[in-house]
Amino acid sequence: MKNVNLLLKLLLLVIVVILPLVIKAPYQLHIIILIFIWAIIGTSWNLLGGYAGQVSFGHAAFFGVGAYAAGLLQFHLGISPWWGMLLGPIAAVVVSLPIGVIAFRLRGPYFALAMLALGEIFRLLFINLPFTNGAKGILIMPAITTKMFYYYVGLAALLLTVGVTYYIIHSKIGYYLVSIREDQDAATSLGIPTTLYKNYALLPSAFFTGLAGALYMNYVAFIDPNIVFNLTNVSVMVIMVVMLGGVATTWGPTVGAAIYIVLGEVFRTTLGSANVLVFGVLVCLIILFLPNGIVGEIDMLRGVLARKKEGAAGGVKV
Amino acid sequence: MSLLEAKDITKKFGGLAAVSNLSFTVNKGEILGIIGPNGSGKTTVFNCISRFFPLTAGELYFKDKRIDQLPAHKICELGIGRTFQVVKPLRRMSVEENVMAGAFLRTSSMARARQKAGEIIEFCSLDKYRHREAKSLPIPLRKRLEIARALATEPELLLLDETCAGLNPKESEAAIELIQKIRDAGMTIIIVEHIMKVMMGISDRILAINFGKMIAFGNPQEVSNHPEVVKAYLGDAYA
Repeated sequence: MKNVNLLLKLLLLVIVVILPLVIKAPYQLHIIILIFIWAIIGTSWNLLGGYAGQVSFGHAAFFGVGAYAAGLLQFHLGISPWWGMLLGPIAAVVVSLPIGVIAFRLRGPYFALAMLALGEIFRLLFINLPFTNGAKGILIMPAITTKMFYYYVGLAALLLTVGVTYYIIHSKIGYYLVSIREDQDAATSLGIPTTLYKNYALLPSAFFTGLAGALYMNYVAFIDPNIVFNLTNVSVMVIMVVMLGGVATTWGPTVGAAIYIVLGEVFRTTLGSANVLVFGVLVCLIILFLPNGIVGEIDMLRGVLARKKEGAAGGVKV
Repeated sequence: MSLLEAKDITKKFGGLAAVSNLSFTVNKGEILGIIGPNGSGKTTVFNCISRFFPLTAGELYFKDKRIDQLPAHKICELGIGRTFQVVKPLRRMSVEENVMAGAFLRTSSMARARQKAGEIIEFCSLDKYRHREAKSLPIPLRKRLEIARALATEPELLLLDETCAGLNPKESEAAIELIQKIRDAGMTIIIVEHIMKVMMGISDRILAINFGKMIAFGNPQEVSNHPEVVKAYLGDAYA
């Protein structure tokens, strides 16, 4: 059974890798690249909000900082925005540090509120500060224009994000994060320094969201504060994407991202700006009937089947 | 040598002194019982030792090291484990994962933590429920899981808060058996319990408190016959 599973995963990986050699149409590749970017943001959010239970309403702050780190390099210094793929994540981590250190000492909604404020602060700052080019945004001339290139960069970034998240969750840190989510007092009584470990979830989450931002800048080649620091279209949307796919699951955010992007494309031609409405209704239905999200429910079902097979108590994985 | 020493510990909530000027020692290897009527401050004493509440005044020493200034998670690292009166299982984690979360305090290796969790689960007779989600367990098993999880942190001193509360006589008996087994393994235990019969049976010494003040301290016989204790439990007419 385990071998079959591994084979399936390898097969899927091979398909994903050779896909752009088969599908050469730029439009389809464009859709998949957007899915990759959203899957990275979702996976990052999930590490912090899903596993560690620290819900963030401001991941746009990290996304935007990552994007601007890449864009401003080119805009002011003429340095290739690809360096932003390195600088963006680091800048996002630097931004996240003070919030984590201050807000994680408290319980309850303070962190969520601090993040909400952070995203909005950055949006207003970047509209009004002199060196950001304000609401006009930043336009770069990308050196590479083939979609296939961005496809592979996006795929590599997504695999890295999912890989690191998977590694964290299946280690001591992962157990500690889930313990903190389930009961902070119990976690403390087990000797877990809760403030520190919440930061261990926040930093990689900010890092990879910043990476997604830098990738977005390089790929789309135009950003402005109202796009990348957007509260509804980024910060809140990522939460919906993760809820749809499955909170605290490895592949839930990726599945959610795929549905979000594809639905948006399908309904945009017929419904115009109201296309997001369809996604909203779908999320409502998922919350009502599949509260663990799509991947979450499949995992549950598998757990039930495994238990029936064993004839004894089977486990539901964290 | 005393393992834990409390010197004049006081905890005030606003104007109310939940614990006032309480001093006691716990010797290595003994079971110390803390008794007292509802609201007498038993759980507050626990919360002060485990540093869930900061002390208003007084000092606490564990193995001659002052601990009342340390953060709560450090207390556990030093070797003081605790359970909660209102159980706090890590609900969406399996029994094994709950215990592993405790075991990770002393190791970072996944395999080692799983192995240790297995040993402790067996020790606490939870083998049958190893892969069950904690939220699906009934109360007696949740209480047992609390103990197992605390044991996984390898404490020298274990604080047990009302392990038998809400259990029927047969379940209590099993719980007491487990507590004795833990003591036989060489651990020092402070236990808070309502049921006098339980306390008399397993405690080496008993500390009786009321309104946060000590009213008697000594071996079970002495304490149960102490007029102040009788008065606190049964009223003036019986003292």
